[in-house]
Amino acid sequence: MSSRTNISCLQEAKRVAIFGGTHGNEMSGITLVNMWIQNSAEIERNGLVIKPFISNPRAVEKCTRYIDTDLNRAFTPENLSAPDVEGLPYEVQRAKEMNRMFGPKGSSDAYDAIFDLHNTTSNMGSTLILESSTDLFNLQMVHYIKKAMAPHTCSVLLNEHPQLKYSTTRSVAKHPIGLEVGPQPQGVLRSNVFEFMRTILKHALDFIELFNSGVEFPPCTVDVFRVQERMDYPRDTNGNITAMVHPHLQDCDWEPLNRGDPMFLTFDGRTVLYEGANTVYPTFINEAAYYEKQQAFMTTCREILAANAIRKACK
Amino acid sequence: MKAVAMPTVSRVAVCGGTHGNELAGIYLVREMLKKRADGTEPVSVVTVMSNPRAAQLCVRYVETDLNRCFTRAALSAPVSETSPYEMVRSQELNALLGPKASMQAVDLLCDLHNTTANTGLCLITYSDRDWICLHICKHLEMASTPVRYVHFDIPLNEAYSLDSVGKHGFAMEIGPQPHGVVRSVIFSAMQEGVQLMMDWICQFNSGTLFEGGWVDVYTMVKNIDYPRDSETHVITAAVHPDLQDRDFCLLHPGDPMFLCFSGETLRYRGKEALYPFFINEGAYYEKGVALSLARKRRVQIPSVHIY
Repeated sequence: MSSRTNISCLQEAKRVAIFGGTHGNEMSGITLVNMWIQNSAEIERNGLVIKPFISNPRAVEKCTRYIDTDLNRAFTPENLSAPDVEGLPYEVQRAKEMNRMFGPKGSSDAYDAIFDLHNTTSNMGSTLILESSTDLFNLQMVHYIKKAMAPHTCSVLLNEHPQLKYSTTRSVAKHPIGLEVGPQPQGVLRSNVFEFMRTILKHALDFIELFNSGVEFPPCTVDVFRVQERMDYPRDTNGNITAMVHPHLQDCDWEPLNRGDPMFLTFDGRTVLYEGANTVYPTFINEAAYYEKQQAFMTTCREILAANAIRKACK
Repeated sequence: MKAVAMPTVSRVAVCGGTHGNELAGIYLVREMLKKRADGTEPVSVVTVMSNPRAAQLCVRYVETDLNRCFTRAALSAPVSETSPYEMVRSQELNALLGPKASMQAVDLLCDLHNTTANTGLCLITYSDRDWICLHICKHLEMASTPVRYVHFDIPLNEAYSLDSVGKHGFAMEIGPQPHGVVRSVIFSAMQEGVQLMMDWICQFNSGTLFEGGWVDVYTMVKNIDYPRDSETHVITAAVHPDLQDRDFCLLHPGDPMFLCFSGETLRYRGKEALYPFFINEGAYYEKGVALSLARKRRVQIPSVHIY
């Protein structure tokens, strides 16, 4: 039976930004954005304004994650409404500036979609990161990208966790999408990782162009991994780590971790087991930037999200 | 080849954190520092965190690369309060473990490093006839990770790295590992490498005769930079997927080397097949090195024993 009443009519997505260098040592996005700033032919699409943009130029210049504070945690309401005074951390100033350019966050003037390009030292492959389970536009786009990239897998990470969700650079947009591709060391450009990210973006922009042209996307489901918990390394009283990710867990992002499975290996050779009651799916396993954030890996659970059919709203 | 008699290797230094984000060596040195020496060891080992400020910040260096500060010129340059931290530190380390090229220097200096390149376990040194280093390499062949001996043909005065401070020395380099990350298999490989080195030294010092034989030596010939835009100097290609991670696999003329962002493949134009290593090391982008190329040859080593 036709479900014509279940088509969601959504606003056209006219203004799109692609951010690279939110972290100044994650090279795929930096290289792609710089390339597209020089020559935008590859990212041009009918009826779309697409702005490639380097989020944290000072960090990119120094090939470091950030200067004063992590830009990808800086888009909090407090920071965005902080008065313009001397001595604000560089990234807070930058967040305010970007909120003026691409936001204001939460307003109808904000950019329609922002893709934020990241790399990770974790073996996550190609991952799309969502912040909402009810953003139909994003769910349909992610579904389209996954199909287009097949047989290459794109995993979808959903961070809707009340405490662990953070104020990302891309969150100024109506539809924020994180692209996380690994494994790649910081400061290194790997050809395969670069090309995967480039292709994912190509499909994402194709989707938006199709949507804007009036194409209707039928109802779909998306397999996602929903963020549950952050697991830290065992540490001593001085805060130094006393164990490493266990070799059986290392590089096993998205694979089930069951009670009794090895989790950490101490420097003196003792195994620490996972004691959780339920099977979880770890991700961001051994990400370099997360040692200082007290995170060895994140646990997730599998979920299937359903999305209505969508179509561009008629004027 | 006639057997060679050599002095005991009585003073050994194990250094980690020469680069503050190469974590296996940093954690190994921390573990070794926790275990107090009880005075009964057959060999005296001094364990050093070479660049503590960089290790604290988890960066390669604070002002300048410490592992380029050990040339004769750098070690004798006058230092003041305004000198870069690492220039001051290299002179401190030279006083502690050297002085370089003097009789007071430690007998063996093992400097622990990691690389983002897929090098496996390498001993990197300035000599291709240092029998102590070559015998240790031969002994490390029993490790679970294959070991290779890499030689930079540079005279001692110009040798710039910390390992050149000892009478014998090498960098123990293990990859691949991202900077700022410790991978347990890499840590274990490094721990095993240091243990096997210490085993060899103890056996040698107790009078064991180590039989001679042959060791493959990879001598560095040249570095290759990324293709760059002539105006902006920005790189225009990545290491080709067919070359990425293939350290020590012979590279022939015509083999793919770089994949340009434009889609073009750039190929190796040299006339001689050579062995690539340090392929895509993160710290070498700023040094203009995408990969290094080496020639391999078999070196005969004599039997060795103490005097």
